[in-house]
Amino acid sequence: MSRHRNVRGLKYDEDLEDDDVYGHSVDDDYCISPATAAQFIYKRDDYNVRAFIEEPLEEGEEEEEPSHNNHPTLPGVDQARLHSCLDRMREVLGESVSEQVMVDAVLSSQFDTQQALDLLLSQEGKQTSKIKNKDAAPLWNPPIGKVKDQPGRVDCDIVPKVAKMTVSGKQITGFNIPSTAAENDRLRKNETLGSAGLEASSKTNSANPALDEPTALQTPIKSSSKAKQQIDVKAELEKRGGKQLLNLVVIGHVDAGKSTLMGHFLYLLGNVNKRIMHKYEQESKKAGKASFAFAWVLDETGEERERGVTMDVGMTKFETNTKVITLMDAPGHKDFIPNMITGAAQADVAILVVDASRGEFEAGFEAGGQTREHALLVRSLGVTQLAVAVNKMDQVNWHPERFKEISNKLGQFLKQAGFKESDVAYIPTAGLNGENLTTRSQVHELKAWYNGACLIEQIDSFKSLQRPVEKPFRLSVSDVFKDQGSGFCVTGKIKAGYVQSGDRVLVMPPNESCTVKGITLHDEPVDWAAAGEHVTLTVTGVDIIKINVGCIFCDQKAPIKTCTRFRARVLIFNIDLPITQGLPVLLHYQTVSEPGTIRRLVSVLHKSTGEVLKKKPKCLTKGQNALIELQTHRTVALELYKDFKELGRFMLRYAGSTIAAGVVTEIKE
Amino acid sequence: MKLLNKSLERDSGGQVTMVPDEAEDMWHTYNLLQVGDSLQASTIRKVQTESATGSVGSNRVRTTLTISVENIDFDTQACLLRVKGTNIQENEYVRMGAYHTIELELNRKFTLAKKQWDSVMLDRIEQACDPARIADVAAVIMQEGLAHVCLVTSSMTVLRAKVETNIPRKRKGSCSQHDKALEKFYDSVMQAIIRHINFDVVKCVLVASPGFVRDQFSDYLFQQAVKLDIKLLLENRSKFLLVHSSSGHKYALKEVLLDPVVTGRLADTKAAGEVKALEEFYKMLQHEPDRAFYGINHVEKANEALAIETLLMCDELFRSQDIAKRSRYVRLVDSVRENGGIVRIFSSLHVSGEQLAQLSGVASILRFPVADLSDQEEDSGSDSD
Repeated sequence: MSRHRNVRGLKYDEDLEDDDVYGHSVDDDYCISPATAAQFIYKRDDYNVRAFIEEPLEEGEEEEEPSHNNHPTLPGVDQARLHSCLDRMREVLGESVSEQVMVDAVLSSQFDTQQALDLLLSQEGKQTSKIKNKDAAPLWNPPIGKVKDQPGRVDCDIVPKVAKMTVSGKQITGFNIPSTAAENDRLRKNETLGSAGLEASSKTNSANPALDEPTALQTPIKSSSKAKQQIDVKAELEKRGGKQLLNLVVIGHVDAGKSTLMGHFLYLLGNVNKRIMHKYEQESKKAGKASFAFAWVLDETGEERERGVTMDVGMTKFETNTKVITLMDAPGHKDFIPNMITGAAQADVAILVVDASRGEFEAGFEAGGQTREHALLVRSLGVTQLAVAVNKMDQVNWHPERFKEISNKLGQFLKQAGFKESDVAYIPTAGLNGENLTTRSQVHELKAWYNGACLIEQIDSFKSLQRPVEKPFRLSVSDVFKDQGSGFCVTGKIKAGYVQSGDRVLVMPPNESCTVKGITLHDEPVDWAAAGEHVTLTVTGVDIIKINVGCIFCDQKAPIKTCTRFRARVLIFNIDLPITQGLPVLLHYQTVSEPGTIRRLVSVLHKSTGEVLKKKPKCLTKGQNALIELQTHRTVALELYKDFKELGRFMLRYAGSTIAAGVVTEIKE
Repeated sequence: MKLLNKSLERDSGGQVTMVPDEAEDMWHTYNLLQVGDSLQASTIRKVQTESATGSVGSNRVRTTLTISVENIDFDTQACLLRVKGTNIQENEYVRMGAYHTIELELNRKFTLAKKQWDSVMLDRIEQACDPARIADVAAVIMQEGLAHVCLVTSSMTVLRAKVETNIPRKRKGSCSQHDKALEKFYDSVMQAIIRHINFDVVKCVLVASPGFVRDQFSDYLFQQAVKLDIKLLLENRSKFLLVHSSSGHKYALKEVLLDPVVTGRLADTKAAGEVKALEEFYKMLQHEPDRAFYGINHVEKANEALAIETLLMCDELFRSQDIAKRSRYVRLVDSVRENGGIVRIFSSLHVSGEQLAQLSGVASILRFPVADLSDQEEDSGSDSD
């Protein structure tokens, strides 16, 4: 329970912090109490965005509305008072509330601006809460009804719930006050029919030719149901306009200082509490590992701290000037490469940390070191932009020669690995001292020859990626755990499409469907999430035992394919033993790792042209490009590379080393 | 296995009488049996008796039957061998030609007669009766959330228990779920060890994992053993050996058996020998691909050139019910031996044998390079399915 309280407390703090960061939050515009804001902030947010996007639509409605309504009957003096009131209200509310609503509010409060505002805001609050409870009972008092219903309707456009749709249908009649009893009945009928589904409701409307008058009204319904999908995508893009989301993985040889570098980085950014940092310092000193204090920010389990080795991917977030970064701190130790792969499979960009001190760089870079393997892995997993942090430069006295030597060596290798030279940047850093991380270093020795970007500037300058939002929903599960309340939680990155709370989704391979109850992004609940985001879903309707790490949550209408046999085009890495048929391998795909065997070697292909060089080769040796057939022990969910670039990639490992990277070309059965 | 009586000639008919005295012997017997052989063993038969008044009674009778083998079934988990066939010898309870299934039992003799005994079978008998006992090894191969408890004997690897649990990741500010799940996982592995490993037989328990899981687990194991006073574990503490492996999947057992710490302690077990031989084959394939052949057609070609130095074969091939196919393999083995080559027959129950079986079941390392034949022959052992 205490943890629960803790989380709530945290959320509240962060809300306040957000105010500072953004400076100009939506709450300020509305002047609502923070409590109300916290309760409804997301609705309001979408609502705002929607108002922005759907402006033409809104206008169309507004043009229509006055014809039904009658404020022209007001005497001249009142008209003037009304206008001045409206002006003042607009100052407070902005464009978020339609003029008609405001007019009504003003009229019912007898030209008292303050009162009208109160009325509007409180009504709004009530209305949203009522709709949230799926209260389908009609609110049938026309004068205030419009005021009440207005936000409700806007709301329903965004949230894809059937119950809300029916509210929208009803509410439209609210504008047509001269509705007869017969019409009411008909609408009720519509409403019950409509509850069958969104499309169904619009179909019944259009299928009923007797409804001649509401044709004008149908358009908003239809367009809103169609627009639902667009809103998400657009709204997302709109939001991203401010701060783009980027998934960053930190990789490198063991003891290159990845965790320390990033821990210190987070501390300098103010993401780590001073008090906590002090605590870590004290404790690590006590444990005789003072230099690990910063690493403890990301290494949280007792085991990791005790041994001073990152074992699993540590995940956290931070913000730069233009980006929100999900940081994944990958383990460098050879034994934990499977964990590193699950982390890297979710990353868009990477920071490669290398140790500059004499001998250490070489140890990490030579065969058997992880620098090469990690770089190849992230490249094969689709990461194209890379920042190389040449770490521990203080230990070589910030010597420019050493920096140049390392960047030359790495540059050659990275070019071979398939990184474009323009997408790789080299930055001298010192993780423990915190030099050149968040501010350009003032160290003399460095300033003398280096005037490039510091780490945060480099992160900030990463190009953002195009996300496949239009494609069907896919989420690969990286963690399953129980939380408070009903259901359980799964964590993962949305690879394609988007998801909204309340959606039914399909889980593959168990082939079970379940309901998304809630979505959490960076510890804050949200109503929807789209491709590229790292989210936690609360799901119900399926047993936790059936869901494993590596399952794929997908769209029910366009499920991911499952199979135990597939063909793939692979690139063989630098291997000691050749690959023959029958070799037992470990298939790493997204977050899953599944044992399998190489069933057949189909052909050897030319590296660049892809033409068949040899059919049925006896074995595959290093550097070859080949078509093979793989068999897994259990069913795995896969996508073809040509359909989903992100989801078509996999890795093969054998006896503790990565032997090949590949893309799925054909699914057999 | 004890050999009581042997009256046979190579490549002609004859019979042997043996007493299996451990579970592994069932595996050897399984590899000896073929459809058409006759098997005599003591068994239990349910007999119906009808009295003069017509009342029907049924009782179980122990009797010795001789059957002509029609179907052979081996249960790896229980190490049970069931042989089905028709009765071919007069018996007071069972009619001639009646079906019976004999379940071979430990410590009860059986007699096996064949029309033809070939060299591979004779080797098998020899191997089965080899008194030099090699230590049985238990292996626990684990990674976070996945563990395999196996029993490794000289010719079998039996998976005793597989533990698979979901372990939540560490998350910002909360490791308790991770730690709790890990503890639960260790506990189930411990239970599996206690339940499935017979410490009277097993001389060594290998605990293998990547990273620190093995250390963590062994700490946990002995802490719990002290806490709960599990004498079985405390007494056998010295038998536990911690080794590195790259993952917790079963095939990682190969790496474990190659580990110098293990080979030093276990001397040369057959399992380790097989792994090493296969590794050599792969090395040869890497360095001199023309000296490493696999697939029956290729290997036979190489044999014609008298080039085979070491022949690796999977015992699965000799269990083939197709007489012609089997004799083809036997001929190959014999001719390689004649030419001074070494023949290693892999057990298909070992991980290395599994791999070899996938690699068409036959592989060979050659004395001298032979030009690659793969272009002339398109379908070499690899079925299109």
